[in-house]
Amino acid sequence: MIPILKVKDVLLSSIPGDLTDNEVLEYQSQMLKMLEKTEAIGVLIDITGMEIVDSFMARVINETANMAQIMGAEVVLCGMQPMVALTLVEMGRELIGVQTALNLGKGLDKILISTKWNQTSLNS
Amino acid sequence: MNKKIPIKTESDLLFARQTAKETMKELGFGSADQTRMATAISELARNVLKYAGEGSCSICEEQDEREMGIKVVVEDNGPGIGDIEQAMEDGFTTRNGLGAGLPGARRLVNNFDIASEPGYTKITLEIKRARK
Repeated sequence: MIPILKVKDVLLSSIPGDLTDNEVLEYQSQMLKMLEKTEAIGVLIDITGMEIVDSFMARVINETANMAQIMGAEVVLCGMQPMVALTLVEMGRELIGVQTALNLGKGLDKILISTKWNQTSLNS
Repeated sequence: MNKKIPIKTESDLLFARQTAKETMKELGFGSADQTRMATAISELARNVLKYAGEGSCSICEEQDEREMGIKVVVEDNGPGIGDIEQAMEDGFTTRNGLGAGLPGARRLVNNFDIASEPGYTKITLEIKRARK
C-alpha cells in the first residue's frame, strides 16, 4: 500500500516506480477516503520515483488528481522526471491536465499560496 | 543477443520494459531512448494482457559499425486487430481505454509495424541511432 501522510492540512504521498494496476487503483480510493476523513485542503502527489509512465498510469494519476479537485482540494502533481515529461508529450495526447510543480517543495508552495489567497479573498 | 519474455502477468510487463531499458543502456542508448522504448513496450504489453490474455515480448540487438539498434517484437494469439487504421487513430478504443496506447507507442519509436489477423498479432518496434 502507498502511504498517505497528513502534514498540517496537506495530504502527501509518493508513488513508487514499479507499481501494479491494482496498487494504483487502491491508492486512488485510499486517497479520496482520506481526503474526506481528514478534511485536508491540499493534496500533493509526488511521482519522482516513476521512471516510466504509460498512458494507463498517466490516466489513473490524472483522474485521481481530478477527483480530489472536484471534492474541493487544491491538488498539485510534482516531481515528474524529465524523460517522463518527454515521452508523455511525444505520445501526443493531453494525458496530464492538472496543476504540476517541479518538486515537492515547490508543490507545497503552490498549495500554500493558492489556499492563502483563497482565504484572504474570502475575508476581504 | 536475443531475449524472449513471456507476457502473462503485470509483473512480466514490468520485467519486459526493464529488460529493454537495461539492454539499451548496455548498447549505448541514452536515457530518452531507453524511456521511449520502455514506455512503448508498456503500452503494447498492456494490450496483450487486456485483449489476448497472454503473449510474448522479444528483444533483439541490431547493430553494425555505423548504427546501434534495438528491435522489439510483441506477439500474441488473441482475437487480432480488426481495423488497424482505426486502432491507430488517437482516441479510438474498444474496451474502455484511453485510446492513446497504439498511436502513442508509434510516436515513440523510429519504426512501427503491425501485422494482425484473427488469432495472431505481431507488432514490431525499432529504435536506431548512428554511433557517435
